[in-house]
Amino acid sequence: MRVVICRIHLKLRDIEFRATFDGVYDYAVRILCTYKRTSIRAYYRLKLLLFPGAKTTWSEKIEFIKMKSYRPIPVYRVLDRQGNVINPAEDPKLPEDIVIKMYKSMSLLNNVDKILYESQRQGRISFYMTNYGEEASHIGSAAALNNEDIIYGQYREVGVLIWRGFTLQQLVDQCYGNKDDIGKGRQMPVHYGSKELNFITISSPLSTQMPQAVGSAYTLKNTNQVVVCYFGEGAASEGDAHAAFNFAATLDCPVVLFCRNNGYAISTPIKEQYKGDGIAARGPSYGIHTLRVDGNDVFAVYNATKLAKEYAIKENKPLEIIPHQMIVLPTDLPSEIKQWTTNDYPVMKLRYYIEKRGLWDEDKEKEWMKKSRNDILNAFNAGEKKLKPKWTEMFNDVYKDIPSNILKQQDYMNKHAPYNKYYYSDLGSNPDTG
Amino acid sequence: MPLIRLWTRKWNGMKGFFIIGEEVAQYDGAYKITRGLWKKYGDKRVIDTPITEMGFTGIATGAAMAGLRPICEFMTFNFAMQAIDQIINSAGKTFYMSAGRVNVPIVFRGPNGAAAGVAAQHSQCYGAWYAHCPGLKVISPYSSEDCKGLLKAAIRDPDPVVFLENEILYGVQFTMSDQALSKDFVLPIGKAKIERPGKHITLVAHSNAVDIALQGAKILAGQGIEAEVINLRSLRPLDTEAIAKSVAKTNHLITVEQGWPTCGIGAEILARIMETETFFHLDQPAVRITGADVPMPYAKTLELAALPQGKDVAAAVKKLLKVK
Ligand SMILES: Cc1ncc(C[n+]2csc(CCOP(=O)(O)OP(=O)(O)O)c2C)c(N)n1
Ligand SMILES: [Mg+2]
Repeated sequence: MRVVICRIHLKLRDIEFRATFDGVYDYAVRILCTYKRTSIRAYYRLKLLLFPGAKTTWSEKIEFIKMKSYRPIPVYRVLDRQGNVINPAEDPKLPEDIVIKMYKSMSLLNNVDKILYESQRQGRISFYMTNYGEEASHIGSAAALNNEDIIYGQYREVGVLIWRGFTLQQLVDQCYGNKDDIGKGRQMPVHYGSKELNFITISSPLSTQMPQAVGSAYTLKNTNQVVVCYFGEGAASEGDAHAAFNFAATLDCPVVLFCRNNGYAISTPIKEQYKGDGIAARGPSYGIHTLRVDGNDVFAVYNATKLAKEYAIKENKPLEIIPHQMIVLPTDLPSEIKQWTTNDYPVMKLRYYIEKRGLWDEDKEKEWMKKSRNDILNAFNAGEKKLKPKWTEMFNDVYKDIPSNILKQQDYMNKHAPYNKYYYSDLGSNPDTG
Repeated sequence: MPLIRLWTRKWNGMKGFFIIGEEVAQYDGAYKITRGLWKKYGDKRVIDTPITEMGFTGIATGAAMAGLRPICEFMTFNFAMQAIDQIINSAGKTFYMSAGRVNVPIVFRGPNGAAAGVAAQHSQCYGAWYAHCPGLKVISPYSSEDCKGLLKAAIRDPDPVVFLENEILYGVQFTMSDQALSKDFVLPIGKAKIERPGKHITLVAHSNAVDIALQGAKILAGQGIEAEVINLRSLRPLDTEAIAKSVAKTNHLITVEQGWPTCGIGAEILARIMETETFFHLDQPAVRITGADVPMPYAKTLELAALPQGKDVAAAVKKLLKVK
């Protein structure tokens, strides 16, 4: 060590230029490495210590880093447009029953949408969000998880719920806020939630679920569970999205940040939402491993989510997955919803695949369509007829210890209800009470 | 609502004005208030933004500090909560903190208060929230005339103005006086309006609650009680004088609002009355009628029950006046 310092001093005296600390340090490191015969790698490792918060090297050439300086992140896929597996090594080789369950869940979603969206248009419910085009994102990811993993959704993730076992009746009951709605009719339609299924109740203000998901993941460190947080590419513009990415990375949380990129936020197209290589490119810049996948390819989403979960649990680290839908429709303008005629429609893609594997045919399709339509219609008819939650519920869930003024009102109701049996039965309240 | 017509007429000659927010351009705004503006004025004056309330509110505030006159639209004021730091801490305080050197001529506008069927997170009144803060002017219009006269005043004001519209009132048609229809019509900020004169009791309300008070007054009129209905129009500055004058005449006061009771607009009015001479004019303790102290329920029947109705106002008045 003494030798090194000595030499530096010598050198310093000889050369009059840039005797800055940086220069000295740089030189010292180089000499140290020569002296110790250390490898180039060690040389760099020592040098890298130089920059607070950045592991990089010097450059003597002034140069912008442009968007094009990096290759865009590629889109991972398993299936081609005709439902063929492109690289056999990537085939998840799922058993028949799982693949069929995937297909059924995906195609069922469309029928659920048709009925409930029509209900909204007719004014029977005040709000609805369709799931059209998102089928592969929902089912591919849900199938790679289990029900212990915690889900934070935005509002367009019904497939995940269906996969986990939420019934059609439960969906309808929530949208109608009837007596069997587990949310007791408190929330707007599609604000589903299920504690049993570890699906956190949907909240209206965009992106607030993102830092919350990271917080939940923090508590799951060193367990076998992960949190998956779904959000739209529009929601990714909110400040909360930044907080979520940064905290996921700095706190090493096992969370999968899952951005459903469908190209639109209401009527705002992505080109007005963000620039650069999109939300996928943000991942690495936050220090988060990232996968960009074909959102119309259920196996690509499945593989991505599976890998992400494994990694998150093993390394206690966050992951980002961005499924892109190749064909985009303004998602809140459902009047424009039309059947995709191309093979990119996720449900069609999977159907080609299962037909090729000999698991499905036209007859099965007809039979299933009939059954799924009937199932949802039955749930709808039953749900619409059900009574509203019992009036006693009105007094619950705001105060733990009910204050005296509310107790007084409760008392009035207790006296009033028995005389108005038509409106308030023991089973629930009649919706005509207004 | 004359808002739309107001834009199109006024903007031709005005410099530095632009509207910014989510979906305000091609989509015509979440409630179509900016309909046709983008087609007419183009991208420079009508700006769609990414979904970042904190972001576009900050950008608008910065533009105002630099001398432009932004109108910042929130899809609903519920989402302005994401941006409330920019509104209160920056827009509201910069004039003071810069020792009067930087004013912030900006209007924050959008629907506020209870709508219908949109439950807890989309149905709340921010009147009291903003009225609480020095540095902001807060307007809560009721009729078309209010909207026209006060939006104009807000846009011309050199300081930040929070302009709280109401989704339900968007769908209501109001007749407008010739005066209100005239090109130069503008209303002063901070002045209330007597919507209905009366001599037995004063009802003070703002926004959609004015309608509730008027309904109550109508019921009462049939029973020989003449209620005076005051439409506050502005929440900050609050026209205490108009209330005091009315109470001196009627000797009874009830406030009506859709927001929550605690620290609400009614609470503020009652406190101010207590602190002044007007207290001695009251024959009975003043009373607040407010929205129920719960998050807004989704169920239609409960939603109705959570908001005061005309008949509740009538009942409260009769109780106060001890009339059977
Ligand atoms: C804080 C906040 N701002 C605005 C809205 C209104 N809003 C509801 S959905 C939506 C678009 C979201 O688009 P994206 O995140 O891409 O999801 P997508 O609907 O495409 O699935 C907006 C702006 C909201 N709910 N919350
Ligand atoms: Mg989107």
